[in-house]
Amino acid sequence: MNAIITISLLALFVLYLGLFKATKSLLPATLIGLLVALGFTLAEWNVHTTPIFSGMLLFDNFAVAFGAICIVSTFLILAIAKQSFERISEHVAEYYAIMLFALAGMLVMLSYHNLSMLFIGIEIMSVSLYILAGIKKKDVASNEAALKYFLMGAFSTGFLLFGITLIYGATGSFDLSAISDYVIAGAKTGIDPLFYTGLLLMLVGLSFKVGAAPFHFWSPDVYEGSPALITAFMSIVAKTAGFAAFLRLFLFCFAPLHDFWMPAILVITVLTLLVGNITALYQHSFKRMLAYSGISHVGYLLFAIIALGASSVNSVFVYASAYSIATIIAFAVLILVKRQTQSEEFDAFNGLGKSNPFLAFALTVSMLSLGGIPLTAGFIGKFMMFSNVLGEYRIWLVILAVLNAVLGIFYYLRVVVAMYFKSAERERITVSANFNWVIGISAIITILLGIYPNLVANLF
Amino acid sequence: MDILLLLLLPIAGAAITAIMGSSPKAKYAALASSLISLAYAICLVARFQPEAGTQFLVNQPWLTSIGINFKAGIDGISLLLVLLTNGLLPLIVLAGFKQHQSGAFYGLMLFMQAGLLTVFTALDAFLFYVGWEAALIPIYFICALWGGENRIKVNLKFFVYTIFGSLFMLLAIIYLHLQTPGKTYDIQDFYALNLDATTQGWIFWAFFLAFAIKMPVFPFHTWQPDTYTEAPTAGTMLLSGIMLKMGIYGVIRWLIPVAPLGFSQWGQTALILSIIGVVYAAVIAFTQKDVKRLVAYSSISHVGLISAGIFVWNVQGLQGAMIQMLNHGINVVGMFFVLDIIIRRVGTREIASMGGIAKSAPQLAITFLIILLGTVALPLTNGFIGEFLLLMGIYQYNLWLAVVAGLTIIFGAVYMLRMYQQVMLGEANKATEKFADLDFTEKGVLYIICALVILIGVYPQPILNISEPAVSQLIEVVNAKLLAR
Repeated sequence: MNAIITISLLALFVLYLGLFKATKSLLPATLIGLLVALGFTLAEWNVHTTPIFSGMLLFDNFAVAFGAICIVSTFLILAIAKQSFERISEHVAEYYAIMLFALAGMLVMLSYHNLSMLFIGIEIMSVSLYILAGIKKKDVASNEAALKYFLMGAFSTGFLLFGITLIYGATGSFDLSAISDYVIAGAKTGIDPLFYTGLLLMLVGLSFKVGAAPFHFWSPDVYEGSPALITAFMSIVAKTAGFAAFLRLFLFCFAPLHDFWMPAILVITVLTLLVGNITALYQHSFKRMLAYSGISHVGYLLFAIIALGASSVNSVFVYASAYSIATIIAFAVLILVKRQTQSEEFDAFNGLGKSNPFLAFALTVSMLSLGGIPLTAGFIGKFMMFSNVLGEYRIWLVILAVLNAVLGIFYYLRVVVAMYFKSAERERITVSANFNWVIGISAIITILLGIYPNLVANLF
Repeated sequence: MDILLLLLLPIAGAAITAIMGSSPKAKYAALASSLISLAYAICLVARFQPEAGTQFLVNQPWLTSIGINFKAGIDGISLLLVLLTNGLLPLIVLAGFKQHQSGAFYGLMLFMQAGLLTVFTALDAFLFYVGWEAALIPIYFICALWGGENRIKVNLKFFVYTIFGSLFMLLAIIYLHLQTPGKTYDIQDFYALNLDATTQGWIFWAFFLAFAIKMPVFPFHTWQPDTYTEAPTAGTMLLSGIMLKMGIYGVIRWLIPVAPLGFSQWGQTALILSIIGVVYAAVIAFTQKDVKRLVAYSSISHVGLISAGIFVWNVQGLQGAMIQMLNHGINVVGMFFVLDIIIRRVGTREIASMGGIAKSAPQLAITFLIILLGTVALPLTNGFIGEFLLLMGIYQYNLWLAVVAGLTIIFGAVYMLRMYQQVMLGEANKATEKFADLDFTEKGVLYIICALVILIGVYPQPILNISEPAVSQLIEVVNAKLLAR
């Protein structure tokens, strides 16, 4: 709870700093504030067992763990933000503030215990993201991204809200415990068809938000059009938060109805895996490839919902951390490469292995982790996901996932091939210390979690 | 703790050489590291008691929440492969001494050594899989960074192909894990499982796919000739000398004991595929015009025989496979080294444009001949004892298969000797006239290899003794399970 308050106040504080033109202190203030918020979040580990504020929010370990991922990822993303907003506009303070507001919304999404809070959280996040997508006011692609994102987002919020209403109609409550009680009681007395319709509509709405196929069409264009830093924020933090909200809803309320929603989730999962991976294969732009591969990672994350149970939270946590950290490296290197070459294509990475061995090595670690190769965190994540689903004896699904993992390796290796095996005349990219730190720490975490996953693998 | 040290030595070596960067001293560091590992492996051999089963056991909790332990140990079967790995590595490092590779090259090589040793000692399926992939990544970079013209495409195929196979193995491993009563990845728990025959059939194929691609067994061999040809010599040596033994070892340690009923249904299919590979690769080798490709195909042929010797599953076959793995490693590394010397000096891989080298390079001619005779299994060379045991094992299983395999081996002698004749004998041409004979390091490497070829050929007993008890015990375990059904 304190974390949400801290971050909201921090955002206001940053706005005031902007008002007084204290541009130099913006970033340090934001980063320190985030560290404080992280401290508050972690302090709530194992503290709350009952919801607070009349059952509105529940800061259980789930909320704490995913809140920590979101805050840490935001911290790392902002740590490389120095000067990148300045290149876009003079009103930098607003951007920091809007990102912090989005983060506050995400924390609400992670800790809701009432569907109205879920809606409010999603809206706080989404509205902030619509603005962020369009921060390059004079850039057509950025405008297009913002408009697309807004239209699609508003559309999906409609679905979500409609679903919430129908569920309210059936159960008479927004409260997760009340809904859960209704579902359990309904096993005997029968469940209102309204409830089923509501469930499906919420599923569609949430699938839009996390960018699962066939509701993913907005994400590649939006990711490509937005500035790289914002894309990183959307594809890492927003995706993690969205997925955690998804998982929380199903864990709390809909688990007993798995016979009903399983076919829908299976279809979504299979489509998401296939669409994400196959389209990613055909991309020439590294950034677009990351967007599509991000879709396929949602497919792997959905495995946790298919094998819904005690271990799903653990595996989603490991997978989401691995994905976030590896993607941060990818975007950080992309930003550096783009500054030098003005290009986001794979070719822009040619010869990076010679000119900047450290960047190339870190990006290789990141790609291997995203591809799920052992000794990286990504492997542990995939391994846990596969184990869970095999535990449900859905063997064909896992075989499909394995084939997709092979496809994934194909396109992740392309950038490695470009960096090491293709030569190009290029200057050494000068990397400022903050980039080195963020990339280095992320690479170390990726390898450390791959070698000794016990650090995070049995939190729950 | 012995095994931890065994694994950490090459990792430390890898870290040191990698840090040294492009310093010319990196190769000395790599040589020192590999020699220390070899010395340590010899210490282990000295302390090893063949009758005592698995030794030097280490069992540390690793990822306890999902039943994963860091469990590794060495028995007779593992020990031979550990010895092979640590013994060949100094030779491979020495073989590349003149090329002044960067520290990263040696770092990858030593890191791969750690992966290979993990595979050969792991007694936990998860650890085995991690080692399996950890050996693949460095060799991919070695081959793709320092290889020939088509290296990018060829190695992508190699990498994706092998990952494809090993992911199915991963599925089988997770599946078996879910069946164990205590939800572990321990190999003993896997052995103790009693799954029904159909399931074991699936498990068999999932493992077989991974191992068959690695070895490679016909028809999963298509990546191999291209990869061997395009790889730098050290890469080819690592791939053919050590890495393919991972597949063979996997069959012995994991595939057959874990899925004995799958083996009883499908073992014959695998055996026939292996024999087809022996014949097929020999025929193709006969028509090759490129020396490196010729040896690559002959390697498929020889490995097919080893694999066949395992799938007949008797003591002679398995013992033959064990010693032949060692011999094949020694011979193929020697062979590729000789070819590397020739190709570098002549500047071509075409057999037709060579000839008459023996006159100007008698030392090379003799060492090449000894290694070649070892490869074609002449009596009193190391290849003989291995292939003799293998054929005897196959003969006990089925006369005709032994005849086919045996005739192919003779056929193998024909194309190898013909290659020798065309490359070394005959008239010298412009490219081969001024062929320089072996220099100091080349002599060193080739003399050691020739000594091993003859030594093992004359007196193979100590090596057979190391693996014999472990092999018989493994066969008993599996046969007991087969009889119980």
